[in-house]
Amino acid sequence: MAKPNVITANRLTDGVVVYLAAEGQWTEAIANAQVAEGEEETKALETIAENAVREREVVGVYPMPVALVDGAVDPLSVRERIRAAHRTTLTKDWYDVPL
Amino acid sequence: MYRYDEFDHAFVRDRVAEFKDQVERRLSGALNEEEFRPLRLRNGLYLQLHAYMLRIAIPYGVLSSRQLRQLAMIARTWDRGYGHFTTRQNLQLNWVKLVDIPDVLAALADVEMHCIQTSGNCVRNVTADPYAAAAVDELEDPRPWCEILRQWSTLHPEFSWLPRKFKIAISGAAEDRAATAFHDIGLRIVKGPNGENGFRVLVGGGMGRIPYVGQEIRSFLPKEHLLSYIESILRVYNLFGRRDNIHKARIKILVNALGIDKFREEVEADWEATHKSAVDLPEDEKRRIMSYFAPPDLPPRPARDEAVAARRASDPAFANWYKHNVLAHRVPGYASVVISLKEPGRTPGDASSDAMDLVADLTERFGHDEVRVNYTQNLVLPHVAIADVPALYDALVPADLATGNNELLGDMICCPGLDYCNLANARSIPIAKEIAKRFEDPSRQEEIGQLRLNMSGCINACGHHHSGNIGILGVDKKGTELYQITLGGNPKDSASVGTIIGPGFRAEAVPQAIDTIVDTYIENRDEGESFLETWRRVGAAPFKEALYGAR
Ligand code: SF4
Repeated sequence: MAKPNVITANRLTDGVVVYLAAEGQWTEAIANAQVAEGEEETKALETIAENAVREREVVGVYPMPVALVDGAVDPLSVRERIRAAHRTTLTKDWYDVPL
Repeated sequence: MYRYDEFDHAFVRDRVAEFKDQVERRLSGALNEEEFRPLRLRNGLYLQLHAYMLRIAIPYGVLSSRQLRQLAMIARTWDRGYGHFTTRQNLQLNWVKLVDIPDVLAALADVEMHCIQTSGNCVRNVTADPYAAAAVDELEDPRPWCEILRQWSTLHPEFSWLPRKFKIAISGAAEDRAATAFHDIGLRIVKGPNGENGFRVLVGGGMGRIPYVGQEIRSFLPKEHLLSYIESILRVYNLFGRRDNIHKARIKILVNALGIDKFREEVEADWEATHKSAVDLPEDEKRRIMSYFAPPDLPPRPARDEAVAARRASDPAFANWYKHNVLAHRVPGYASVVISLKEPGRTPGDASSDAMDLVADLTERFGHDEVRVNYTQNLVLPHVAIADVPALYDALVPADLATGNNELLGDMICCPGLDYCNLANARSIPIAKEIAKRFEDPSRQEEIGQLRLNMSGCINACGHHHSGNIGILGVDKKGTELYQITLGGNPKDSASVGTIIGPGFRAEAVPQAIDTIVDTYIENRDEGESFLETWRRVGAAPFKEALYGAR
């Protein structure tokens, strides 16, 4: 079965990573992203997102596959985990290498 | 330092106004992203993983305290209070907002700075030896030549749309501290047949997917012909460089496809035909630019300072820092001081606004108002009286800016990698931090000695992994970050590209692999031998054996 998807982009005015949430809203919190199950639902969300590109709300829209872990959205790739974390690296810390 | 004249001021202000208008048109919808993208890139504005990234040009890595303070203010006001110094001696802000960019550019223009040509297929920021006008082994200050090239190349009509980006570095010293052999054009100031200074010209060096060490196109170029000769190189490149394949578009590919002899023939033929009528730099203009780079007035002082000697004898941390981060100066009683941005636990090359402010203050107090950005991602105060060094050190310690690891293993070059960069395949910052943790003990680094460790998050090689004595390249293997290790790279004289030592390592195994490599070096080295010398003598076998055993 196809993986569930959420739609992600960068907000035009400040570039911040956002996700398409309910009712065409965009959210910085991946937890609030609308999850599309299957191709048809993904297509429907993409149409909303493309409209938001025309409306100059967001840029660089794409669907990304996610897993649902106990109902919570889990980005599958390291890249998408980093994007979702909005993380700053100035802090003095040691990383746990596995993210 | 160079100061803008009226023309420069007006030019940069015009450019700010122009880009302000372009941003407004993007926000109003008059421009779509496709139309806007090349315009923003022309002004150093990228859209990265998390946000917009602004690359601010620091011409040949030279800043005044006023400029550094302004960068601190900009990062604090319009970003998250920090920036990242890069291997092009530039500063990148990671979280700026598009709507704020016109204000940021205006604030930069206030201190004679901009972001022009920090991106795009044009001549990028010319880099230089960070110890210019201070180093004991310097023949001539490269900065005026960098400035001449900067003015010549800015919006040069013929060379604004080259096949690919173009990087130039200049060193005026005996030791190459600007990695000139890894540039599209590398210039070394050398003595000519009649004792006069001129340029040894290297061409076709570069990193990236296919790394090359630059080759000599001319052993000696009289200084007065610099511009016309470089024009001829760029013209041949512009004509014959490939535009059909982005991976084959750099001049290094052309030079190696034609062979250096044929490439030289083309350049010399063009130069013969054009240089007599070309405008090489008028003498007045050269003198005007040179006059800005008169070294500060440094009255000679006693070479030995008793108080400093006593402090070194009594304070081991100070002594260790002094040994590595305080370098000889050509005027007795002075030194160049490296302010390390490589404190273990921090992202290499990152500096907070507070740190920038502090360094700006110290530059004013102790550094004759000049600070440099090293391509190895540290800051340098080139002219400090040795007697002032303890006070400078004491001011750096509480800010965690007094790590004594210049040119040691902890002084890693590290690109932003997957924590920021849209092109990245793997993270580099966390790996650098883990390695720093493993080698945190200064006595371990002391035992190892000088060692250049460079790391990139993808094959674009912004972290110069090819020229690291140890290089680490992050790759993506079916969704897993994997790290390929190269050994034997060298950015200095007798430059070389590192050799891949074997299969890559998973992230968590990298620090141990580096440890193993270092141990193998220590076991195999002869007395006083550097990592590179040992590698060149013993070859890959013992390292392979230690890393992979019977695998
Ligand atoms: S080397 Fe790759 S990952 Fe690192 S900054 Fe350059 S493009 Fe980004």
